[in-house]
Formats: sequence, structure tokens, C-alpha cells
Amino acid sequence: MRRFLRAAAAAAIAVTAMAGQASAEDKSITLCWAAWDPANALAELSKDFTAETGIQMKFEFVPWTSFADRFLNELNSGGKLCDLLIGDSQWIGGSATYGHYVKLNDFFAANNISMNDFLPATVYAYSTWPKGSENYWALPAMGDALGWVYRKDWFARPELQAEFKKTYGYDLAPPADWKQLKDIGTFFQGRQIDGKTVYGIAMYTERGSEGITMGVTGALYANGFQYEDPANPYHMEGFVNSPNAVAALETYKDLYKCCTPPGHSNAYMVENLDAYRSGQVAIQMNWFAFFPGILKDENVGGDKSGFFVNPKMSVEASALGGQGISVVSYSDKKDLALEYIKWFAKPDVQKKWWALGGYSCHKAVLEDPGFAASAPFAADFLRAMSNVKDFWQEPIYAELLQAMQARIHDYVVADKGTAKEALDLLIKDWTQAFKDDGKL
Amino acid sequence: MSAPDTSGAVANPPRAGRRPSQELLTSARSIVEPTPLARWSSGFFVILYALVSLIPIVWIVLTSFKTPPDAIAYPPKVLFQPTLEGYVNLFTTRTRQTPEYMASLPAPETWYDELVRSRNMVIAGPSRYGDRYVNSLVIGFGSTFLAVFLGTLAAYAFSRFKVPLKDDLLFFILSTRMMPPIAVAIPIYLMYRDVGLSDTIIGMILLYTAVNVSFAVWLLKGFIDEIPREYEEAAMVDGYTRLQAFRRVVLPQAITGIAATAIFCLIFAWNEYAFALLLTSGEAQTAPPFIPLIIGEGGLDWPAVAAGTTLFLLPVLFFTVLLRKHLLRGITFGAVRK
Amino acid sequence: MSGLTNRKGARSPGGMWGAGGAGFSPRTIAWLFITPTILLLLAVNIFPLIWTVDLSFTDFRANQPGRVIKSVGTANYERILGDADIWDRLQTTASFVCWSIGLEVLIGFGLALLINRKFKGHATWTTLILLPMMLSPAVVGIFWTYLFQPQSGIFNYIVNFFLDAGDFTMIGDVQLAPWAIVIVDVWMWTPYVMLICLAGLRAVPQYLYEAAEVDRASRLRQFWHITLPMVLPFLMLAVLFRAIENFKMFDMVVSLTAGGPGSTTEVASITLKRAAFESWKTGYSSAFAIILFVVVFGAANIYVKFLNKVKQR
Repeated sequence: MRRFLRAAAAAAIAVTAMAGQASAEDKSITLCWAAWDPANALAELSKDFTAETGIQMKFEFVPWTSFADRFLNELNSGGKLCDLLIGDSQWIGGSATYGHYVKLNDFFAANNISMNDFLPATVYAYSTWPKGSENYWALPAMGDALGWVYRKDWFARPELQAEFKKTYGYDLAPPADWKQLKDIGTFFQGRQIDGKTVYGIAMYTERGSEGITMGVTGALYANGFQYEDPANPYHMEGFVNSPNAVAALETYKDLYKCCTPPGHSNAYMVENLDAYRSGQVAIQMNWFAFFPGILKDENVGGDKSGFFVNPKMSVEASALGGQGISVVSYSDKKDLALEYIKWFAKPDVQKKWWALGGYSCHKAVLEDPGFAASAPFAADFLRAMSNVKDFWQEPIYAELLQAMQARIHDYVVADKGTAKEALDLLIKDWTQAFKDDGKL
Repeated sequence: MSAPDTSGAVANPPRAGRRPSQELLTSARSIVEPTPLARWSSGFFVILYALVSLIPIVWIVLTSFKTPPDAIAYPPKVLFQPTLEGYVNLFTTRTRQTPEYMASLPAPETWYDELVRSRNMVIAGPSRYGDRYVNSLVIGFGSTFLAVFLGTLAAYAFSRFKVPLKDDLLFFILSTRMMPPIAVAIPIYLMYRDVGLSDTIIGMILLYTAVNVSFAVWLLKGFIDEIPREYEEAAMVDGYTRLQAFRRVVLPQAITGIAATAIFCLIFAWNEYAFALLLTSGEAQTAPPFIPLIIGEGGLDWPAVAAGTTLFLLPVLFFTVLLRKHLLRGITFGAVRK
Repeated sequence: MSGLTNRKGARSPGGMWGAGGAGFSPRTIAWLFITPTILLLLAVNIFPLIWTVDLSFTDFRANQPGRVIKSVGTANYERILGDADIWDRLQTTASFVCWSIGLEVLIGFGLALLINRKFKGHATWTTLILLPMMLSPAVVGIFWTYLFQPQSGIFNYIVNFFLDAGDFTMIGDVQLAPWAIVIVDVWMWTPYVMLICLAGLRAVPQYLYEAAEVDRASRLRQFWHITLPMVLPFLMLAVLFRAIENFKMFDMVVSLTAGGPGSTTEVASITLKRAAFESWKTGYSSAFAIILFVVVFGAANIYVKFLNKVKQR
């Protein structure tokens, strides 16, 4: 026992010593982002930065399902963990309003970084608050939208093509609209391919963070969804629960019921990727960010996969993903962090960023004549980015998101009520939230 | 409201009267002894239950030695070629590369490099699991030491001295355990934010100490109550002061109890999730909030999750076996002693 | 006793606490020993509790620095208690608590009866049975999601082996998900109830059975009139501890189902966490926290009174 006590005392002392040491290092900054393929690419890219400036880079990558939880908590507690943060587009309102991010206008002006060099849609979404103003809180870092991946090799099989044509009367090809999407999903659902049972579509159904909302808004936007009355901000009656919105939500549920693999009830990016990579599904919905990784995959990479933009119901539109890079105002090393942004904004760095698998938002990359041909999904990416829509970016976005997660999951997965009822309840929740926030 | 009178009465139910020695009764063959058939059949059912309830744990340990495809095979594989891939994946971060890039690399230097490359990936660096595990150890041992230290002192005072409002104080100490952790976390979060203890190891040690100390007081009071006062009194007649008697007579006597209490505190701090989730983000994060994150990094890597789980659970399994004689006391706050 | 402590420590062997003949009075020692613990608990438990009460009457949001905090009276409480969704969550919590504890009592008591027959090797097997309850609930939740996988999961496989239920999903199905969390909780905590019941069984004096045997009371009568009343206080104690813990349940459920599908398994602590640390409605969630605390505290108090009465019978 005495020995145990001594060990414990030693441990306690070690703690104090370690806590003291942590602040001793300098000339290094920590960049926080989500744990996914592009983050690894960024880590690779950043080696050049360290070589050029001698500033060491440390990374804190957190999986998407905990990403918002962890880093918003970090920002709200004034933490110094992150010097640079690639925060989600919806955070910009809160982070600007509550002073989590450093405003970058003066820095941009002093270093000749012009927002005109970046794709307008990305500047609008990732950098500005209030929306569309010239107040910049981030540099567009990673463009992204919700897209779709399909098994090109399966679609190309003559026997499947023949059977599909016979059943549905048109060719088996990437769907032009959500009705075709459902046909294809139904067609593959439960089918035997190479001795294995496969399923139709892997879609987002995750409950805990933002998964199902991202998937459903993909369907809603494709049917002309609007969050509020353009003439009367924050008034949602007749917009959020418009007949088009109801129809889109019903379509999403239909698709979930007819065409997903068994137990696909709490799936987001990773689960979809997994279902697709293991050859379980013919189609998956996922962010463009993953497409370079899919091309490299040993099972489904190369010619086996094709990509398509979010199909329309009545209009062409995609859900926006992607992030800007910001300097955290609580950081002790803001100058080093700004140094990084300055480096990152350089056109040649941006070109390498795209080559490594990151989606640059820089016009030098995107407007290069060779861009569309530089990857099988590059043209689709440009097309998607020209019609993107994002969730609320209000400071209280998390509360709005949570309400949507609950109401939509209740309807789509848990079979509670009708689509109209779910959206009515959502308006009730959102209205209450805006009232609490003093916006209504 | 007085303290829940759980200790004495439950330990010695009124009708039991004097405690008949268990050993005496069972060694003398009585007419109510179970028949051999009853024994055999009860043994059968208990062993069956034990085996079934161990399947999940055994299965996780097995999974940690599978390859990712084996881990999601249908039907589930009981026999498989064991591999350390799960453990390698647990401790590294990896990036996927094109076959051309892979071909351009020099030959792998280590066995784990080779393992990772066979999946078209290269090791990008160490993962955070090791750091989190060390945090768990440091925070666990640190808070256990403090809680047991404070708890022993308080328990001794409650056991030996007339403390005004003793029952109320004891109940107050216990009632601090009734708040849902999330509820406590709200003001703690605000408090820590103001004083700069958010996401610090010291902050977590303090918090776990506070949570554990109530438990330690209750449990240790029971152990110290069992040490006859006469020992100390005799020592004091010999010229020891009260403090000396406490240190040289009571503490050595209570050492088993203290060790058992310490292990319980350690297991609590080791297993705790809610506070760690809400109050830490990087520096001071422990393993429990980290293990779920393994799922999100680079695909549903069940063997890596299983490996992380296995390494995390093994110490607890070991301590449980070590503690088996005191488990009952520990889980009832000392209310039930054998 | 007090006289003894005041004796000078001159003769005593040295040592840090003996030096200088520091013979504190028992009263001083008592306070010296207790104060640090009380202070710590005041700082980390009671002060925050009072603060929470204070916050619960405001519209404070912890993520909005500089915002003027308004006092809103009891509006938060009214809103929570008038919210059908909150009642729904409380009902989810209550049914989780009742079902899990009911099954744990049944199985745990049964196991204790069997183990109490002291078959050969019972001690070893008892230790093995106890293992699940010492594990981290959050980690348990994680690995059960794996065991519950619709196709590759061992749980589903075993069920299919006996029942041929086809593809089913425990955590994705509205009907089954509440059972999924109950199953995992029962797996984890049945040993707990078993262990306490076993202690109760061992405290029953054998002569009662012997007397009953002489009176030719049937086994069932013996169980009903001797075993059950004698074990009841123990059983009730186990139920008390489990009920408090399961009412607060967060970690296992969050990592197993995250409250889904929909809100089917969203127990009160998950709702609280989402309101407090995702929506950052600090004032509102403080009120909810207080309500939960009052419920546990009140119910536990009533229960303990009842328990003491049972013991005195």
C-alpha cells in the first residue's frame, strides 16, 4: 500500500511537471480540423510551410460526428488548443458575433490578399458575416458540396443494362432526377452481384450531429426549398412547410425505406463510405471531399466509380459543405497563424492543395482551363458549386440544427407522424428559437 | 431528512440478531443443505449465464486481432488468421495513396510499415490514443491519491470524534452523488472557464477528486469503524499523540480498506465519460471520450476500436479480480458489508 | 478519551506529526480532518448547485459573451414542465429505468439463489459474472453497437441462430431500440443486483429454515415467508442505487444509440446535454437540471424512508 501511495504521489507530481512544460515550446502552431482525407492532404501540404518558415505544425483532427461538439466547446471555453481552426461554414455567424475568430480584413489588405481571387460562392459562404458583407472572418479553404458516387462497373454490365431498360423503359445511367434515383435504388436493392447481396443507396441518416439534416436538405434544395420568406426574414410558415418541401421530405423517406442496406439508420460520411467501399451499395451520397480518396481505393477506385451532381426534383441545387480557415482569437500565436494563412493563400500553394486532394476555392485553380479535365469529378464540382445552398448560419445555428435533426429523424427513421407534421413542428421549434434570440 | 440509515441495519437485519458465523453453519451438515442434484443444476445454470455474459468481452478481444474485412464478415468468424493490424491502426494515423506512389517508396523498414502498406496506405504519424491513455493514467492516479488522502482523514474524524451534525454532513456528502453529471457539468464548465481550468489535467484531477471523495469517506468510515478503538487508546496510553496513533496504529490497520477504496476510485476515474466529454477537448482528454472517435477516423475500423477497448478494459478486469472480496462494499457505498 | 490526547508527546517516538508535541484536541483534529473534504465538496458541488439554481431563473447563454442576462422568473420551469416533448423524454427515461431494473432484479435474484447453493467452484464463477459491471459504460456502449450490427454482429447472429429473425437491427428500429439499451444495461448491471442479493441471502440465519423444515413448510412457503422478507432490504437497497444511476444514465445510451432512432431512446440526460452543451441554452438547461435533481433527490428520500420502515418490520 505504501508503495502504491508513493506511486500515486509520483504521478501527481508528474502531472504538475507536465502541465508546466506544455507552454514551454514555441514556434509551433496547432491547426484544428475534422479527421478526414482532406485533413491528411493538408498535413502533407503543410510540410512545405514548415520547410519555408521553420514553424512547426501540429494537428488536432476530430471525426465529423464530434467535430462541432468538440470545437465549439473549445471556442466557447476560450481554449488555446487551436491557433488555426478550419471551422464549419455554419459557425461563422456565432464565431464572428461572439469574438472567437480574428477579423481578417486588415490583414488581407496589408498582405494583398484579395477575396476577388476566390470563387464568390465560397467567399459568401465561408468568410463573410453578416452574410454578403465585406467583413471577412476566414479565408475560403476547402470548397465542398454534397454529391453522389455510383458503381460505374455495375452500371456498365450489359445484362443489368438490359434488365433495367426492360423494367423501367430507359437506360441505366446516372439519374437525372430523384425519381430515377429511386428506380435505380430499387433495381439494385437486394440484388445478387458476384454472389453477394447488394443494396441500392447509402444515404445520410445520422442522428447525433448533423447527418440526416445534410442529406434531407440535399433533397429539399433540389425542390426549391427556402428557409424563410425573402420579404420577411425569419418568417417560415408556408416556406419551410411548403408543398414542395413536404414532397421532398417524403421523397427522402421513400428512398430510405426502399433502397438502403439493413440497419442503415444512423449513418453519416464514414458509414456511407464504408458501405460503398465494401461493395455493399450501388450508390452513395457523400461530400465531394471524399471523391479523390474513392478514386484511390483498392476495391472501388479507378474506373469502377463514377460521380454525379445532386439530381434535381424541380431545380438544380446542392447542399453546401466546406470550410474557411480562421485564426482563433484566444490563441497566443496569432502572428504565426496569420503567417500560415498568408502562405496558404498563394496561388501555387493552392494549386498543390488541389493536386493533393484538397478542394481549393482559388480562381487560379478553378478557372484554369485544364481544371475540368484534371479529375473525373472536377467538372461536377464546378457545377455543384454554382448552385449551392447552406443551412442557417445564424449564431444560434446549433439549436436550429438540433431541432431539425430531431424532427426529421423522428419522421424519416422513426416513422413518427407525416412529413407536413414534422415540418410544422420544425417551424414551431425554429420560431421559438428565434424568439429566444430576440430575432422575432 | 436524516442520513439513509443503510449501514448498520442492512448489514445486520434485525431478525438475524447476532451474526451467526457463516462458516460454522455451512460446515455442519443441516437438513436444509441443498441436495447434490440441486447443486449440480444450479451450477449448470450459473456457469451457463457466466459463459453467455462473457461472450461480448471475449468477442471484443478476438475482434481486436482480426483484419477489418474479417471483423465485418458474415457469418461472424470465430476462427481467423490473427493479425496485429487493429493495434497498428490504433496507434497510427495513415493516409491512403495511389499504387504508383506506393511503388515509388523504398522498401518498408518495420513490420508495421509493411502491414499498413499492404492496405495501400502509409503511416502519417502516431495517433492520439497513447496520449489519451497516459492522460487517463495521470488523472486517474492523481485524483485517486487526493480523494483517498482526504477521504481517510475525514472518515477517521467521522468515525472517532463527536462531530456536530455528523449525520447531516455524511448525508450531504452522499447527496452530492445524486446530481446527474451533466447537470453538475454546466456550472463547472462556467467556473473552469473563468479560472482557466478548462481542458487542464489539474482541473480534471480536482473534479474527479471531488466526485470520488464522497465515496471514499463513506467506504473508509466503514473500514475504520471496524478497527477497535482500544488499539489507539492503548497506543495513547503509551504516550502517542492522537495523530501519531492515527498514523502508526489506525492507518496500518486500515490499509486493506484504503487499498480497496483506492482501486474503486481509480476505476471510477478511469471509466468516467460525461465530464471528460464536456470539460476537455485536447490537452486533458482521457481515453473514454476518445475511443468512440476511433470509429470516425478513416472508416469503420472495428479492429482498431476493439484494440483500443481491449487495452482500456484489461486493467479494470485485472483490478476487479483483485478486488473481488471488497466489491460488495464498494458498490453499495459501504452500506452492505459481508 | 479526551484526557489522553492532551498528554505531552515527549516520550513518544519522533515523526513529523509528533514533533513539537503537537497534541491537538480531538475537536481540532476532527475539524482539521473534515474541513478539506467539506471545502472541496462545497467548491465543486454545492457552490455550482447554488449557481445552477440562480442561472435557472435567467435566459443566460454560456456561448454568448457580453449578452445582457435577463431574469425571466420561473419561465424556464414553466416551459419545461409544459413541454410535451420533455414529458416524452421523461417517460422514455422512466420506462428504461423500470424495465432494466425489473429484469435485473429478476435475473439477479435468481442467480443469487442459485449461487447460494454453493456448488463447486461457485466463487470463481461469481467473480467472472461480476466483470461487466466494472467496465466503462461509454466503452460498453461502443462495443455493443458492433455486437448489434445487422449482419456481422454476433448478437444478431446468435438470435438468428435460434429464431431465424432475418435481417433486423436492434438500434435502428423504433420498437427494438428501447430494448437494446435495456439489454445492455441488464447485461452490465445484473451482477450488481446479484451480488447484493447474495449478501442478503447469506445473512439469513439457517435456523429459520431448519425450524420451517421441522414445521414441514413447503419450499415455496419458506421462500415466501423467510427468504424474501429477509432479503428484501438488500434488494431494495440495490434497486435504490440502480434507480439513481439509471435515472442519470447518459454515457452508455449516448454511445449506443445517440438517442435515436428519432428520439426513441433519448433519455433525460441526453436532452439535458443537448440543451446545455449544443444549443447553449444555459438558463433553460439549468432549470431542467434542477428539476431532474429534485426528482432524484425527492424520490430517493421517500424511498429511503420506506426502506427503513421495511427493515424495522
